[in-house]
Amino acid sequence: MADFEIRDLRASVEGKEILKGVTLAINKGEVHAVMGPNGSGKSTLSHTLMGHPGYTVDGGEVIFKGQNVLTLEPDERARLGMFLALQYPVVVPGISMTNFLRTALNAKRGYDGKDKTKQVSPKEFRSLLKGELEVLHMDDSFLPRYINDGFSGGEKKRAEILQMAILKPEIAILDETDSGLDIDSIKFVADAVNRMRGPELGVLIITHYTRVLQFIKPDFVHVLVDGKFVLSGGPEVADRLEKTGYSEWAEADEPAVLKPEEVA
Amino acid sequence: MATVPKVDVGTDYKEKYGFFVPEDYVFKAKRGLNPDIVNEISWMKKEPEWMTKMRLRSLEIFRKKPMPTWGADLSVIDFENIFYYLKASNKQSTSWEDLPPDIKKTYDRLGVPEAERKFLAGVSAQYESEVVYHSLQKELTAKGVIFTDTDSALRDHPDLFKEYFGTVIPPADNKFSALNTAVWSGGSFIYVPKGVRVEIPLQAYFRINAENMGQFERTLIICDEGSFVHYIEGCTAPIYTTDSLHSAVVEIIVKKDARCRYTTIQNWSTNVFNLVTKRAMAYADATMEWVDGNLGSQITMKYPSVYLMEPGAKGDVLSVAFAGKGQHQDAGGKMIHVAPNTTSTITSKSISKAGGRTSYRVHIKMYPDAKNSKSFVKCDALLLDDESRSDTYPYNDVDAENVTLGHEATVSKVSDEQLFYLMSRGITRSEAETMIVNGFIEPFTKELPLEYAVELNRLIQLEMEGSVG
Repeated sequence: MADFEIRDLRASVEGKEILKGVTLAINKGEVHAVMGPNGSGKSTLSHTLMGHPGYTVDGGEVIFKGQNVLTLEPDERARLGMFLALQYPVVVPGISMTNFLRTALNAKRGYDGKDKTKQVSPKEFRSLLKGELEVLHMDDSFLPRYINDGFSGGEKKRAEILQMAILKPEIAILDETDSGLDIDSIKFVADAVNRMRGPELGVLIITHYTRVLQFIKPDFVHVLVDGKFVLSGGPEVADRLEKTGYSEWAEADEPAVLKPEEVA
Repeated sequence: MATVPKVDVGTDYKEKYGFFVPEDYVFKAKRGLNPDIVNEISWMKKEPEWMTKMRLRSLEIFRKKPMPTWGADLSVIDFENIFYYLKASNKQSTSWEDLPPDIKKTYDRLGVPEAERKFLAGVSAQYESEVVYHSLQKELTAKGVIFTDTDSALRDHPDLFKEYFGTVIPPADNKFSALNTAVWSGGSFIYVPKGVRVEIPLQAYFRINAENMGQFERTLIICDEGSFVHYIEGCTAPIYTTDSLHSAVVEIIVKKDARCRYTTIQNWSTNVFNLVTKRAMAYADATMEWVDGNLGSQITMKYPSVYLMEPGAKGDVLSVAFAGKGQHQDAGGKMIHVAPNTTSTITSKSISKAGGRTSYRVHIKMYPDAKNSKSFVKCDALLLDDESRSDTYPYNDVDAENVTLGHEATVSKVSDEQLFYLMSRGITRSEAETMIVNGFIEPFTKELPLEYAVELNRLIQLEMEGSVG
């Protein structure tokens, strides 16, 4: 049995069936990429896995650490070791990034305001932040800013990866982390993710385009079309998509590589 | 007009007036309001005749004025069933054991020290941080600053007092200012001389005594030319009281080039009707800032205002209101532009939860002389559930030319997207909601001294957990 198993997952949004039975097994140490054209259910997959209230689970289960996480609240899933880097990170005014990161890290460690031994010390927190900021080529000025408030596209995505680095999940889902990024930002983000790769982390990269997979090499690639996997294999699947796009699946005639003018 | 009874206690007083006042007297409180009670209050305080007359005149005005027909529902107030004046020793009637459990619990959670919480709860009449207060007083006196309770000010600084008292808010202004003028007790009096800057905030806290938290406080602040003072009233811990009506008046005069900031955090227990009149006069290039937070009480009606009397005067209101179950916070601000080149801003943040209701009333008046004046109003309301309510009532009255008037109002809910985002990082729902609310009022909290900001955030946390009130 794999470390993280998605079994016949079905989900809908506002009554519309989107995921029509997705099955996927991820082990820690592996990087899986899920690729698919627009409307194939990529975002539904990531949001359903993390428990977004706008997505309804119609069937199946997701087993992680012996539990069906679909019955858990998003915060419980996170504390269990799951992480979702959002495609569109949300602005929360009035709360600094520092405060957010510290609160999240304390929550992850089970600090509930009482047992001080579980609380992250200011010194540890500072040194943790310092190291990760460097990897992502971010500076301190980013910390007192409100959560994602006024961040550029690149800053938002880097901030997501910073959160991942601080929280150290065991299963990380990166939802279109490459979209809207210039090539430098993609490299910084990829460097940070690659540094975290190892026997303690399983990664699920969700992407429309193959570009990010040049920087974060996947072990497995799955093609999602109309809510189901139509093809699974090794990195060669991405190469195939690079050439033919999604045209093999008639209803999804879209390229899987960015046109030069789309590269930011 | 009734006169002040000039009687020596202990001679024929008992025979003449029916009760005896021992040396360490306790004023025999009576419910209800009539000229005799007002006379007695004034006499107990050994006030000059002009004040007695003013009180009696105000009582007449109070009786004639109708209740406000707008705002919160005040029909349940029974003016005849209220004690209008209690000496300190009367107030110690509550015992710690009799306090509502939620108030005790909040003190615990906030970590309010024992002595302090007894005072706040009305169990002890005195809480004076003597040492802090005395060293501060020495510094202030050296600079010519007067900081005392209002009763002492009338006694010790009669001329200054008489010159300004009731000039900003005359008794006839409204029914509750009339009531306050008739029966006022306690409050703060501050005079800052020309050019003097008081660098540390003056807090009522330093000189807390029973009357300071009285039902009918009266505060008078005079900032002479070029001076600066920041006054902080109230505290974030809930103040328990069995008195159901609180009606304070705050008058402030900010002279040329002076600046005054008045910060209030009010958190009365939820049985209280809090009806307050606050107004400032700002003269040439002077700045008046009201920072006003209202958390507790059943009903609040409070609209701090600034009269911008001379060119260059500036007025600011920054306020926060939190209405939980059964609460109605009817707050707002008023800016009266009388002179040219005057500016005002009003920023309001309100939060409604569990059926609570917040209303925001804004009145901007620009007289014909107020040319080239500017005013900007921003009201943001946050609703935490579907049963709660928020309304904004803007009222603009512009008779001047070449003025700028901006108004922005938003009503939002704690969004699912924000909650999901924070929760997906392992933060619990209730902590995430608290963070969003604290983030929402951050423009307010960042204006508070640090210890108040921290306490306010913790209090919001308690409110959000539903363990308060």
